[in-house]
Amino acid sequence: MSPEPAGGAGLLLGPREARIRAGELGEPARLALEQQVAVGEFFGAKALVPVGNVHMMGDMEVMGEGGFAFVEGLVAQGARFAVPVTTNARCVDFDRAAAVRQRPELVARERALVAHLRTLGALQVDTCINYQTVYQPHFGEHVAWGDTGTVIWANSVLGARTNYEAGPAALAAGLTGVTPAYGYHLPAERRGRLRFEVRCALGDWADWGALGGLIGRRVLDYWTVPVLAGVRQRPQADDLKHLGAALASYGSCAMYHMVGVTPEARDEAEAFGGRPPEASHVVDDADLAAFYATYPEDRAEVDVVVLSAPQLSVLELARVAELLRGRRVHGNTALLVTTNFANREMAARLGHVQLIEAAGGQVLSGTCWYIMEPARMAAAFGWRNVLTNSAKMANIIGGYRLHPILRRTAVCIEAAVTGRLPAGGPSG
Amino acid sequence: MTADRPLAPPPGRVVLTAPPGFGPEVEALVVLSRSTFSIRYDMDRETGVISRKGHALEGLSLAGKIVYFPAVQGGVAAGWAFLALAHRGVAPAGVLFGRTNPVMIQGLVLAGIPALHQVRPDPFTVLATGDRVRLRPARGLVELVTPPRAGSAGCSR
Repeated sequence: MSPEPAGGAGLLLGPREARIRAGELGEPARLALEQQVAVGEFFGAKALVPVGNVHMMGDMEVMGEGGFAFVEGLVAQGARFAVPVTTNARCVDFDRAAAVRQRPELVARERALVAHLRTLGALQVDTCINYQTVYQPHFGEHVAWGDTGTVIWANSVLGARTNYEAGPAALAAGLTGVTPAYGYHLPAERRGRLRFEVRCALGDWADWGALGGLIGRRVLDYWTVPVLAGVRQRPQADDLKHLGAALASYGSCAMYHMVGVTPEARDEAEAFGGRPPEASHVVDDADLAAFYATYPEDRAEVDVVVLSAPQLSVLELARVAELLRGRRVHGNTALLVTTNFANREMAARLGHVQLIEAAGGQVLSGTCWYIMEPARMAAAFGWRNVLTNSAKMANIIGGYRLHPILRRTAVCIEAAVTGRLPAGGPSG
Repeated sequence: MTADRPLAPPPGRVVLTAPPGFGPEVEALVVLSRSTFSIRYDMDRETGVISRKGHALEGLSLAGKIVYFPAVQGGVAAGWAFLALAHRGVAPAGVLFGRTNPVMIQGLVLAGIPALHQVRPDPFTVLATGDRVRLRPARGLVELVTPPRAGSAGCSR
Protein backbone atom coordinates (compact mmCIF):
# COMPACT_ATOMS: atom_id res chain seq x y z
CA MET A 1 0.00 0.00 0.00
CA SER A 2 1.20 3.47 -0.87
CA PRO A 3 1.91 5.97 1.89
CA GLU A 4 -0.85 8.58 1.97
CA PRO A 5 0.52 12.10 1.45
CA ALA A 6 0.11 14.38 4.46
CA GLY A 7 0.34 18.04 5.31
CA GLY A 8 3.19 19.86 6.93
CA ALA A 9 4.89 22.86 5.40
CA GLY A 10 2.71 25.41 3.64
CA LEU A 11 1.93 25.69 -0.03
CA LEU A 12 3.80 28.31 -2.11
CA LEU A 13 1.66 30.56 -4.30
CA GLY A 14 2.74 31.93 -7.66
CA PRO A 15 2.21 35.61 -8.55
CA ARG A 16 -1.18 35.05 -10.21
CA GLU A 17 -2.41 32.90 -7.33
CA ALA A 18 -1.27 35.55 -4.85
CA ARG A 19 -3.40 38.08 -6.73
CA ILE A 20 -6.36 35.72 -6.59
CA ARG A 21 -5.84 35.25 -2.86
CA ALA A 22 -5.70 39.03 -2.43
CA GLY A 23 -9.15 39.20 -4.03
CA GLU A 24 -8.01 40.96 -7.22
CA LEU A 25 -9.90 38.47 -9.40
CA GLY A 26 -13.07 38.58 -7.33
CA GLU A 27 -14.49 36.95 -4.23
CA PRO A 28 -15.58 33.65 -5.86
CA ALA A 29 -12.05 32.99 -7.16
CA ARG A 30 -10.57 33.99 -3.79
CA LEU A 31 -12.80 31.56 -1.89
CA ALA A 32 -12.11 28.84 -4.45
CA LEU A 33 -8.36 29.32 -4.01
CA GLU A 34 -8.69 29.17 -0.21
CA GLN A 35 -10.44 25.81 -0.55
CA GLN A 36 -7.76 24.53 -2.91
CA VAL A 37 -5.00 25.66 -0.54
CA ALA A 38 -6.76 23.91 2.37
CA VAL A 39 -7.08 20.65 0.42
CA GLY A 40 -3.57 20.97 -0.99
CA GLU A 41 -1.97 21.60 2.40
CA PHE A 42 -3.94 18.70 3.89
CA PHE A 43 -2.20 16.38 1.41
CA GLY A 44 1.18 18.10 1.54
CA ALA A 45 1.05 19.90 -1.83
CA LYS A 46 3.90 22.35 -2.30
CA ALA A 47 2.36 24.24 -5.23
CA LEU A 48 -0.64 24.74 -7.47
CA VAL A 49 -0.38 23.76 -11.15
CA PRO A 50 -2.28 25.29 -14.10
CA VAL A 51 -4.91 23.02 -15.66
CA GLY A 52 -5.93 23.03 -19.32
CA ASN A 53 -9.35 21.49 -18.80
CA VAL A 54 -11.83 20.94 -16.00
CA HIS A 55 -14.55 18.28 -15.98
CA MET A 56 -17.18 18.84 -13.34
CA MET A 57 -19.80 16.65 -11.73
CA GLY A 58 -22.74 18.83 -10.80
CA ASP A 59 -26.34 17.66 -10.82
CA MET A 60 -29.16 17.81 -8.30
CA GLU A 61 -28.88 14.13 -7.35
CA VAL A 62 -25.32 14.59 -6.12
CA MET A 63 -25.47 18.26 -5.05
CA GLY A 64 -28.73 18.59 -3.19
CA GLU A 65 -30.20 21.95 -2.27
CA GLY A 66 -27.02 22.92 -0.40
CA GLY A 67 -24.97 22.62 -3.59
CA PHE A 68 -27.64 24.39 -5.62
CA ALA A 69 -27.58 27.34 -3.21
CA PHE A 70 -23.77 27.41 -3.41
CA VAL A 71 -23.80 27.63 -7.22
CA GLU A 72 -26.63 30.17 -7.12
CA GLY A 73 -24.47 32.29 -4.82
CA LEU A 74 -21.57 32.17 -7.28
CA VAL A 75 -23.82 33.33 -10.11
CA ALA A 76 -25.12 36.19 -7.96
CA GLN A 77 -21.53 37.30 -7.35
CA GLY A 78 -20.82 37.35 -11.09
CA ALA A 79 -18.39 34.41 -11.04
CA ARG A 80 -17.00 33.18 -14.38
CA PHE A 81 -14.78 30.19 -15.19
CA ALA A 82 -11.17 30.96 -16.11
CA VAL A 83 -10.57 27.78 -18.16
CA PRO A 84 -12.83 25.46 -20.22
CA VAL A 85 -15.17 23.53 -17.90
CA THR A 86 -17.22 20.61 -19.24
CA THR A 87 -20.08 18.93 -17.38
CA ASN A 88 -20.42 15.29 -16.41
CA ALA A 89 -23.49 13.11 -16.98
CA ARG A 90 -26.49 14.46 -15.09
CA CYS A 91 -29.53 12.96 -13.41
CA VAL A 92 -32.11 13.95 -16.05
CA ASP A 93 -32.57 13.38 -19.77
CA PHE A 94 -34.65 16.48 -20.45
CA ASP A 95 -36.04 15.07 -23.71
CA ARG A 96 -37.17 11.75 -22.24
CA ALA A 97 -37.81 12.46 -18.55
CA ALA A 98 -41.55 11.79 -18.77
CA ALA A 99 -41.05 8.46 -20.56
CA VAL A 100 -38.94 7.19 -17.67
CA ARG A 101 -41.27 8.81 -15.10
CA GLN A 102 -38.78 11.22 -13.55
CA ARG A 103 -40.22 13.69 -11.03
CA PRO A 104 -41.23 17.01 -12.63
CA GLU A 105 -39.80 18.83 -9.57
CA LEU A 106 -36.41 17.20 -10.13
CA VAL A 107 -36.51 18.04 -13.84
CA ALA A 108 -37.35 21.69 -13.11
CA ARG A 109 -34.62 22.00 -10.48
CA GLU A 110 -32.08 20.37 -12.78
CA ARG A 111 -33.04 22.79 -15.56
CA ALA A 112 -32.44 25.74 -13.21
CA LEU A 113 -29.09 24.31 -12.15
CA VAL A 114 -27.99 23.85 -15.76
CA ALA A 115 -28.86 27.50 -16.46
CA HIS A 116 -26.66 28.59 -13.54
CA LEU A 117 -23.74 26.42 -14.66
CA ARG A 118 -24.00 27.82 -18.20
CA THR A 119 -23.98 31.33 -16.77
CA LEU A 120 -20.70 30.48 -15.03
CA GLY A 121 -19.39 29.45 -18.45
CA ALA A 122 -19.70 25.67 -18.32
CA LEU A 123 -19.89 23.75 -21.60
CA GLN A 124 -22.91 21.56 -21.02
CA VAL A 125 -21.76 18.33 -22.63
CA ASP A 126 -23.25 16.09 -19.90
CA THR A 127 -20.98 13.15 -20.48
CA CYS A 128 -18.91 10.74 -18.40
CA ILE A 129 -16.92 9.76 -21.51
CA ASN A 130 -15.47 13.19 -22.23
CA TYR A 131 -12.21 11.37 -23.01
CA GLN A 132 -13.87 9.57 -25.93
CA THR A 133 -15.81 12.49 -27.33
CA VAL A 134 -14.85 15.94 -26.03
CA TYR A 135 -11.29 16.48 -24.80
CA GLN A 136 -8.19 14.30 -24.85
CA PRO A 137 -5.37 15.76 -22.72
CA HIS A 138 -1.85 15.01 -23.91
CA PHE A 139 0.75 13.01 -22.03
CA GLY A 140 1.79 14.86 -18.88
CA GLU A 141 -0.97 17.49 -19.12
CA HIS A 142 -2.50 18.53 -15.81
CA VAL A 143 -6.30 18.55 -15.71
CA ALA A 144 -8.92 18.69 -12.96
CA TRP A 145 -11.48 16.01 -13.71
CA GLY A 146 -14.40 14.73 -11.71
CA ASP A 147 -16.18 11.40 -12.20
CA THR A 148 -13.84 8.63 -11.19
CA GLY A 149 -14.05 6.88 -14.56
CA THR A 150 -12.73 9.95 -16.35
CA VAL A 151 -9.89 10.34 -13.85
CA ILE A 152 -8.63 6.78 -14.16
CA TRP A 153 -8.77 7.02 -17.97
CA ALA A 154 -6.82 10.30 -17.98
CA ASN A 155 -4.09 9.02 -15.67
CA SER A 156 -3.79 5.48 -17.00
CA VAL A 157 -4.56 5.51 -20.71
CA LEU A 158 -3.45 9.04 -21.65
CA GLY A 159 -0.71 9.66 -19.11
CA ALA A 160 -2.39 12.95 -18.19
CA ARG A 161 -2.42 14.00 -14.53
CA THR A 162 -5.37 14.45 -12.24
CA ASN A 163 -6.70 13.52 -8.84
CA TYR A 164 -10.36 12.80 -8.18
CA GLU A 165 -11.74 16.34 -8.30
CA ALA A 166 -15.25 16.15 -6.88
CA GLY A 167 -17.85 18.72 -7.95
CA PRO A 168 -16.78 21.59 -5.67
CA ALA A 169 -13.07 20.94 -6.31
CA ALA A 170 -13.62 21.00 -10.08
CA LEU A 171 -15.70 24.14 -9.67
CA ALA A 172 -12.84 25.74 -7.74
CA ALA A 173 -10.34 24.71 -10.43
CA GLY A 174 -12.62 26.22 -13.06
CA LEU A 175 -12.66 29.53 -11.20
CA THR A 176 -8.91 29.69 -10.50
CA GLY A 177 -7.46 27.76 -13.46
CA VAL A 178 -5.14 25.82 -11.14
CA THR A 179 -5.26 22.78 -8.88
CA PRO A 180 -3.13 21.61 -5.93
CA ALA A 181 -0.19 19.42 -7.00
CA TYR A 182 -0.31 16.31 -4.83
CA GLY A 183 -1.11 12.66 -5.52
CA TYR A 184 -1.36 11.82 -9.23
CA HIS A 185 0.08 15.16 -10.35
CA LEU A 186 3.47 13.99 -9.03
CA PRO A 187 5.50 11.38 -10.98
CA ALA A 188 6.64 9.59 -7.81
CA GLU A 189 3.04 8.92 -6.75
CA ARG A 190 2.21 7.24 -10.07
CA ARG A 191 4.50 4.25 -9.61
CA GLY A 192 2.89 0.80 -9.50
CA ARG A 193 2.75 -1.01 -6.15
CA LEU A 194 0.74 -4.21 -6.55
CA ARG A 195 1.19 -6.75 -9.36
CA PHE A 196 -1.75 -8.63 -10.86
CA GLU A 197 -0.90 -11.42 -13.30
CA VAL A 198 -3.94 -11.58 -15.59
CA ARG A 199 -4.47 -15.13 -16.86
CA CYS A 200 -8.20 -15.04 -17.51
CA ALA A 201 -9.81 -14.87 -20.94
CA LEU A 202 -11.54 -11.54 -21.56
CA GLY A 203 -14.16 -11.67 -24.28
CA ASP A 204 -16.69 -8.98 -23.51
CA TRP A 205 -16.90 -5.49 -21.99
CA ALA A 206 -18.49 -7.13 -18.94
CA ASP A 207 -15.39 -9.33 -18.51
CA TRP A 208 -13.13 -6.27 -18.46
CA GLY A 209 -15.43 -4.64 -15.92
CA ALA A 210 -15.41 -7.80 -13.82
CA LEU A 211 -11.60 -7.84 -13.97
CA GLY A 212 -11.54 -4.23 -12.77
CA GLY A 213 -14.01 -5.06 -10.05
CA LEU A 214 -12.12 -8.01 -8.65
CA ILE A 215 -8.77 -6.21 -8.71
CA GLY A 216 -10.44 -3.14 -7.18
CA ARG A 217 -11.80 -5.23 -4.33
CA ARG A 218 -8.22 -6.28 -3.53
CA VAL A 219 -6.67 -2.80 -3.82
CA LEU A 220 -9.29 -0.73 -1.96
CA ASP A 221 -7.11 2.35 -1.74
CA TYR A 222 -7.02 5.63 -3.63
CA TRP A 223 -3.24 6.07 -3.35
CA THR A 224 -2.18 2.58 -4.48
CA VAL A 225 -1.57 1.89 -8.19
CA PRO A 226 -2.14 -1.69 -9.41
CA VAL A 227 -0.15 -3.08 -12.34
CA LEU A 228 -1.82 -5.55 -14.71
CA ALA A 229 0.73 -7.84 -16.33
CA GLY A 230 0.39 -10.69 -18.79
CA VAL A 231 -2.87 -9.53 -20.39
CA ARG A 232 -3.19 -11.68 -23.52
CA GLN A 233 -5.98 -9.83 -25.32
CA ARG A 234 -5.16 -6.47 -26.85
CA PRO A 235 -7.79 -4.25 -25.25
CA GLN A 236 -9.94 -1.89 -27.29
CA ALA A 237 -11.03 1.52 -26.02
CA ASP A 238 -14.34 0.34 -24.60
CA ASP A 239 -12.63 -2.57 -22.84
CA LEU A 240 -10.36 -0.12 -21.02
CA LYS A 241 -13.37 2.07 -20.30
CA HIS A 242 -15.15 -0.72 -18.43
CA LEU A 243 -11.94 -1.88 -16.74
CA GLY A 244 -11.13 1.58 -15.41
CA ALA A 245 -14.67 2.46 -14.37
CA ALA A 246 -14.88 -0.74 -12.31
CA LEU A 247 -11.39 -0.35 -10.78
CA ALA A 248 -12.41 3.12 -9.63
CA SER A 249 -15.83 2.05 -8.39
CA TYR A 250 -14.73 -1.04 -6.43
CA GLY A 251 -11.26 0.04 -5.41
CA SER A 252 -11.33 3.86 -5.33
CA CYS A 253 -8.39 3.56 -7.75
CA ALA A 254 -7.39 6.64 -9.72
CA MET A 255 -4.74 4.95 -11.87
CA TYR A 256 -3.50 1.58 -13.10
CA HIS A 257 -0.73 0.43 -15.39
CA MET A 258 -1.14 -2.31 -17.99
CA VAL A 259 2.25 -3.58 -19.10
CA GLY A 260 2.76 -3.09 -22.82
CA VAL A 261 -0.46 -1.13 -23.18
CA THR A 262 -0.51 2.05 -21.07
CA PRO A 263 2.13 4.73 -21.71
CA GLU A 264 3.93 4.66 -18.36
CA ALA A 265 4.28 0.87 -18.44
CA ARG A 266 6.25 -0.04 -21.55
CA ASP A 267 7.69 -2.82 -19.42
CA GLU A 268 7.31 -3.98 -15.83
CA ALA A 269 10.39 -2.16 -14.63
CA GLU A 270 8.93 1.14 -15.79
CA ALA A 271 5.51 0.35 -14.31
CA PHE A 272 7.01 -0.30 -10.87
CA GLY A 273 9.53 2.53 -11.08
CA GLY A 274 12.42 0.09 -11.00
CA ARG A 275 11.39 -1.38 -7.64
CA PRO A 276 9.88 -4.76 -6.88
CA PRO A 277 6.10 -5.00 -6.40
CA GLU A 278 4.93 -4.97 -2.79
CA ALA A 279 2.69 -7.96 -3.44
CA SER A 280 1.72 -10.18 -6.39
CA HIS A 281 -1.61 -11.77 -7.20
CA VAL A 282 -2.85 -14.04 -9.98
CA VAL A 283 -6.26 -13.52 -11.60
CA ASP A 284 -7.54 -16.54 -13.53
CA ASP A 285 -10.76 -17.77 -15.10
CA ALA A 286 -11.99 -19.14 -11.78
CA ASP A 287 -11.60 -15.69 -10.19
CA LEU A 288 -13.58 -14.10 -12.99
CA ALA A 289 -16.33 -16.71 -12.67
CA ALA A 290 -16.38 -16.18 -8.91
CA PHE A 291 -16.82 -12.45 -9.46
CA TYR A 292 -19.84 -13.01 -11.72
CA ALA A 293 -21.19 -15.41 -9.11
CA THR A 294 -21.38 -12.55 -6.60
CA TYR A 295 -24.23 -11.22 -8.77
CA PRO A 296 -26.55 -14.24 -8.94
CA GLU A 297 -30.03 -14.13 -10.42
CA ASP A 298 -32.83 -13.72 -7.90
CA ARG A 299 -35.28 -15.32 -10.36
CA ALA A 300 -35.36 -16.16 -14.05
CA GLU A 301 -37.49 -13.17 -15.11
CA VAL A 302 -35.66 -9.92 -15.79
CA ASP A 303 -37.41 -6.62 -15.05
CA VAL A 304 -35.02 -4.16 -16.66
CA VAL A 305 -31.81 -4.40 -18.68
CA VAL A 306 -29.58 -1.34 -18.24
CA LEU A 307 -26.54 -0.63 -20.42
CA SER A 308 -24.91 2.41 -18.82
CA ALA A 309 -22.07 3.48 -16.50
CA PRO A 310 -20.14 4.57 -18.42
CA GLN A 311 -22.24 6.01 -21.24
CA LEU A 312 -22.01 3.94 -24.43
CA SER A 313 -19.64 4.77 -27.28
CA VAL A 314 -20.79 4.69 -30.90
CA LEU A 315 -19.14 1.28 -31.24
CA GLU A 316 -21.06 -0.07 -28.25
CA LEU A 317 -24.32 1.37 -29.60
CA ALA A 318 -23.60 -0.27 -32.96
CA ARG A 319 -23.10 -3.67 -31.35
CA VAL A 320 -26.25 -3.39 -29.24
CA ALA A 321 -28.22 -2.36 -32.34
CA GLU A 322 -26.91 -5.34 -34.32
CA LEU A 323 -27.82 -7.75 -31.52
CA LEU A 324 -31.35 -6.33 -31.58
CA ARG A 325 -31.81 -6.23 -35.36
CA GLY A 326 -35.18 -7.72 -36.30
CA ARG A 327 -36.01 -8.56 -32.69
CA ARG A 328 -38.33 -7.13 -30.09
CA VAL A 329 -37.80 -6.42 -26.38
CA HIS A 330 -40.10 -8.61 -24.25
CA GLY A 331 -43.30 -7.01 -22.97
CA ASN A 332 -42.42 -7.63 -19.32
CA THR A 333 -38.87 -6.30 -19.62
CA ALA A 334 -37.50 -2.82 -20.25
CA LEU A 335 -34.25 -1.98 -22.03
CA LEU A 336 -32.47 1.29 -21.19
CA VAL A 337 -29.28 2.48 -22.83
CA THR A 338 -27.49 5.72 -21.91
CA THR A 339 -25.06 7.73 -23.99
CA ASN A 340 -24.14 11.37 -24.57
CA PHE A 341 -25.63 13.88 -27.03
CA ALA A 342 -22.82 13.51 -29.55
CA ASN A 343 -22.90 9.74 -29.69
CA ARG A 344 -26.70 9.61 -29.84
CA GLU A 345 -26.65 11.96 -32.81
CA MET A 346 -23.89 10.00 -34.53
CA ALA A 347 -25.58 6.67 -33.85
CA ALA A 348 -28.87 8.06 -35.16
CA ARG A 349 -27.15 9.09 -38.40
CA LEU A 350 -25.79 5.55 -38.64
CA GLY A 351 -29.23 4.03 -37.99
CA HIS A 352 -28.32 2.38 -34.67
CA VAL A 353 -30.67 4.42 -32.50
CA GLN A 354 -33.58 3.57 -34.80
CA LEU A 355 -32.77 -0.16 -34.56
CA ILE A 356 -32.69 -0.04 -30.75
CA GLU A 357 -35.90 2.01 -30.55
CA ALA A 358 -37.69 -0.13 -33.13
CA ALA A 359 -36.94 -3.11 -30.92
CA GLY A 360 -38.54 -1.31 -27.97
CA GLY A 361 -35.40 -0.09 -26.21
CA GLN A 362 -34.80 3.49 -25.07
CA VAL A 363 -31.63 5.46 -25.81
CA LEU A 364 -31.27 8.13 -23.12
CA SER A 365 -28.69 10.85 -23.53
CA GLY A 366 -26.76 13.22 -21.28
CA THR A 367 -27.36 11.01 -18.28
CA CYS A 368 -26.27 7.86 -16.49
CA TRP A 369 -28.81 5.51 -14.98
CA TYR A 370 -27.52 5.24 -11.43
CA ILE A 371 -27.90 8.97 -10.84
CA MET A 372 -31.45 9.08 -12.30
CA GLU A 373 -32.98 8.22 -8.91
CA PRO A 374 -33.06 4.52 -9.84
CA ALA A 375 -34.89 3.44 -6.67
CA ARG A 376 -37.79 5.79 -7.47
CA MET A 377 -37.82 4.77 -11.12
CA ALA A 378 -37.80 1.10 -10.20
CA ALA A 379 -40.68 1.65 -7.79
CA ALA A 380 -42.65 3.54 -10.46
CA PHE A 381 -42.27 0.68 -12.96
CA GLY A 382 -42.33 -2.20 -10.46
CA TRP A 383 -38.75 -3.29 -11.24
CA ARG A 384 -36.95 -5.38 -8.63
CA ASN A 385 -33.96 -6.76 -10.49
CA VAL A 386 -31.58 -5.04 -12.89
CA LEU A 387 -29.52 -6.90 -15.48
CA THR A 388 -26.43 -5.07 -16.71
CA ASN A 389 -23.12 -5.63 -18.49
CA SER A 390 -21.50 -2.91 -16.33
CA ALA A 391 -19.68 -4.06 -13.22
CA LYS A 392 -19.68 -0.47 -11.99
CA MET A 393 -23.45 -0.32 -12.31
CA ALA A 394 -23.84 -3.63 -10.49
CA ASN A 395 -21.69 -2.32 -7.66
CA ILE A 396 -23.62 0.91 -7.21
CA ILE A 397 -27.24 -0.13 -7.51
CA GLY A 398 -26.95 -2.76 -4.80
CA GLY A 399 -26.80 0.23 -2.48
CA TYR A 400 -30.23 1.29 -3.74
CA ARG A 401 -31.71 -2.03 -2.62
CA LEU A 402 -32.26 -3.21 -6.18
CA HIS A 403 -31.04 -6.68 -7.13
CA PRO A 404 -28.12 -6.35 -9.59
CA ILE A 405 -27.26 -9.14 -12.03
CA LEU A 406 -24.01 -8.83 -14.00
CA ARG A 407 -23.74 -10.68 -17.32
CA ARG A 408 -22.06 -10.36 -20.70
CA THR A 409 -23.56 -8.04 -23.32
CA ALA A 410 -25.08 -10.71 -25.56
CA VAL A 411 -26.72 -12.35 -22.53
CA CYS A 412 -28.18 -8.98 -21.52
CA ILE A 413 -29.72 -8.47 -24.96
CA GLU A 414 -30.98 -12.06 -25.13
CA ALA A 415 -32.68 -11.58 -21.75
CA ALA A 416 -34.18 -8.28 -22.88
CA VAL A 417 -35.76 -10.08 -25.86
CA THR A 418 -36.94 -13.21 -24.08
CA GLY A 419 -37.71 -11.59 -20.71
CA ARG A 420 -35.66 -14.29 -18.99
CA LEU A 421 -32.05 -15.07 -18.23
CA PRO A 422 -30.82 -17.81 -20.57
CA ALA A 423 -29.61 -21.05 -19.00
CA GLY A 424 -25.86 -21.37 -18.54
CA GLY A 425 -25.20 -19.64 -15.26
CA PRO A 426 -23.30 -16.47 -14.49
CA SER A 427 -20.39 -17.18 -16.82
CA GLY A 428 -22.53 -18.50 -19.65
CA MET B 1 -17.29 -0.37 25.05
CA THR B 2 -15.15 0.79 27.93
CA ALA B 3 -14.03 -2.73 28.77
CA ASP B 4 -12.19 -2.81 25.43
CA ARG B 5 -9.93 0.09 26.40
CA PRO B 6 -6.59 -0.92 27.81
CA LEU B 7 -5.80 2.74 28.53
CA ALA B 8 -8.08 5.29 30.19
CA PRO B 9 -6.32 8.64 29.90
CA PRO B 10 -7.41 11.46 32.22
CA PRO B 11 -9.66 14.25 30.82
CA GLY B 12 -7.93 16.72 28.52
CA ARG B 13 -5.20 14.26 27.69
CA VAL B 14 -3.99 13.92 24.10
CA VAL B 15 -5.11 10.50 22.91
CA LEU B 16 -4.60 10.70 19.14
CA THR B 17 -2.04 12.46 16.98
CA ALA B 18 -2.07 13.10 13.25
CA PRO B 19 -0.50 15.30 10.59
CA PRO B 20 -1.93 18.84 10.54
CA GLY B 21 -5.54 18.72 9.40
CA PHE B 22 -8.28 21.09 8.34
CA GLY B 23 -10.74 23.37 10.11
CA PRO B 24 -11.43 25.04 13.45
CA GLU B 25 -11.24 23.34 16.85
CA VAL B 26 -14.40 21.52 17.84
CA GLU B 27 -15.61 19.51 20.83
CA ALA B 28 -18.26 16.76 20.60
CA LEU B 29 -19.07 13.14 21.38
CA VAL B 30 -17.04 10.68 19.35
CA VAL B 31 -18.40 7.76 17.32
CA LEU B 32 -15.99 5.01 16.28
CA SER B 33 -16.63 2.84 13.23
CA ARG B 34 -14.86 -0.38 12.29
CA SER B 35 -16.48 -0.20 8.83
CA THR B 36 -15.13 1.95 6.03
CA PHE B 37 -17.17 4.88 4.74
CA SER B 38 -18.73 5.75 1.41
CA ILE B 39 -21.33 8.49 1.24
CA ARG B 40 -23.18 7.08 -1.76
CA TYR B 41 -23.13 3.48 -0.62
CA ASP B 42 -23.49 3.83 3.16
CA MET B 43 -25.42 6.97 4.07
CA ASP B 44 -28.91 8.39 3.65
CA ARG B 45 -27.94 11.82 2.40
CA GLU B 46 -31.33 13.26 3.44
CA THR B 47 -30.92 12.43 7.12
CA GLY B 48 -27.23 11.86 7.76
CA VAL B 49 -28.06 8.37 9.09
CA ILE B 50 -25.86 5.40 8.14
CA SER B 51 -28.26 3.31 6.08
CA ARG B 52 -26.33 0.40 4.60
CA LYS B 53 -27.30 -2.96 5.99
CA GLY B 54 -24.43 -4.50 7.94
CA HIS B 55 -22.42 -1.28 8.36
CA ALA B 56 -20.92 -0.99 11.86
CA LEU B 57 -22.88 2.26 12.40
CA GLU B 58 -26.13 1.16 10.69
CA GLY B 59 -29.03 3.24 11.96
CA LEU B 60 -26.80 5.82 13.66
CA SER B 61 -27.03 9.55 12.96
CA LEU B 62 -23.67 11.29 12.60
CA ALA B 63 -25.23 14.71 13.19
CA GLY B 64 -23.14 16.78 15.59
CA LYS B 65 -20.70 13.93 16.32
CA ILE B 66 -16.99 13.55 15.69
CA VAL B 67 -16.83 10.31 13.75
CA TYR B 68 -13.90 8.00 13.02
CA PHE B 69 -13.63 5.73 9.96
CA PRO B 70 -10.57 3.54 9.34
CA ALA B 71 -10.75 4.04 5.55
CA VAL B 72 -13.02 5.28 2.80
CA GLN B 73 -14.51 3.98 -0.43
CA GLY B 74 -16.47 5.31 -3.34
CA GLY B 75 -16.40 8.13 -5.79
CA VAL B 76 -16.99 11.82 -6.12
CA ALA B 77 -20.43 12.02 -4.44
CA ALA B 78 -18.81 12.97 -1.13
CA GLY B 79 -17.67 16.23 -2.70
CA TRP B 80 -21.12 17.79 -2.44
CA ALA B 81 -22.65 15.55 0.21
CA PHE B 82 -21.19 17.15 3.36
CA LEU B 83 -22.45 20.57 2.26
CA ALA B 84 -25.89 19.03 1.65
CA LEU B 85 -25.83 17.51 5.15
CA ALA B 86 -24.75 20.84 6.66
CA HIS B 87 -27.56 22.56 4.73
CA ARG B 88 -30.04 20.21 6.44
CA GLY B 89 -28.39 20.61 9.86
CA VAL B 90 -27.38 16.93 10.06
CA ALA B 91 -23.66 17.11 9.30
CA PRO B 92 -21.02 15.60 11.60
CA ALA B 93 -19.08 18.07 13.79
CA GLY B 94 -15.77 16.59 12.70
CA VAL B 95 -14.33 13.56 10.93
CA LEU B 96 -11.27 11.43 11.76
CA PHE B 97 -9.82 8.99 9.25
CA GLY B 98 -7.23 6.28 9.19
CA ARG B 99 -6.77 6.59 5.43
CA THR B 100 -8.88 8.88 3.28
CA ASN B 101 -9.06 10.21 -0.28
CA PRO B 102 -9.20 13.66 -1.88
CA VAL B 103 -12.95 13.63 -2.40
CA MET B 104 -13.72 13.32 1.30
CA ILE B 105 -11.41 16.21 2.15
CA GLN B 106 -12.68 18.37 -0.73
CA GLY B 107 -16.22 17.87 0.57
CA LEU B 108 -15.31 18.54 4.20
CA VAL B 109 -13.40 21.70 3.26
CA LEU B 110 -16.37 22.99 1.24
CA ALA B 111 -18.68 22.38 4.20
CA GLY B 112 -16.18 23.78 6.73
CA ILE B 113 -16.13 20.56 8.77
CA PRO B 114 -12.85 19.86 10.65
CA ALA B 115 -10.93 16.75 9.61
CA LEU B 116 -7.80 14.74 10.43
CA HIS B 117 -6.30 11.70 8.75
CA GLN B 118 -3.65 9.14 9.68
CA VAL B 119 -4.68 9.33 13.33
CA ARG B 120 -2.46 7.27 15.67
CA PRO B 121 -2.83 5.00 17.53
CA ASP B 122 -5.91 3.00 16.53
CA PRO B 123 -8.72 5.04 18.17
CA PHE B 124 -10.34 1.84 19.45
CA THR B 125 -7.39 1.36 21.81
CA VAL B 126 -7.78 4.75 23.52
CA LEU B 127 -11.39 5.89 23.00
CA ALA B 128 -14.91 4.51 23.11
CA THR B 129 -18.00 5.68 21.29
CA GLY B 130 -19.66 8.26 23.52
CA ASP B 131 -16.44 9.79 24.85
CA ARG B 132 -16.33 13.58 24.64
CA VAL B 133 -13.30 14.71 22.64
CA ARG B 134 -11.74 17.93 21.43
CA LEU B 135 -10.45 17.97 17.87
CA ARG B 136 -7.55 20.40 17.27
CA PRO B 137 -6.87 20.15 13.53
CA ALA B 138 -4.08 22.71 13.17
CA ARG B 139 -1.95 20.81 15.70
CA GLY B 140 -3.12 17.36 14.59
CA LEU B 141 -4.43 16.43 18.03
CA VAL B 142 -7.46 14.76 19.55
CA GLU B 143 -7.92 15.21 23.31
CA LEU B 144 -10.20 13.24 25.60
CA VAL B 145 -12.32 15.76 27.50
CA THR B 146 -14.44 13.50 29.67
CA PRO B 147 -14.62 9.76 29.97
CA PRO B 148 -17.85 8.08 28.88
CA ARG B 149 -20.79 7.72 31.19
CA ALA B 150 -20.80 4.25 32.69
CA GLY B 151 -22.88 1.75 30.76
CA SER B 152 -23.80 4.18 28.01
CA ALA B 153 -22.67 4.41 24.42
CA GLY B 154 -23.72 8.04 24.63
CA CYS B 155 -25.28 8.16 21.18
CA SER B 156 -28.84 8.47 20.04
CA ARG B 157 -30.01 6.42 17.10
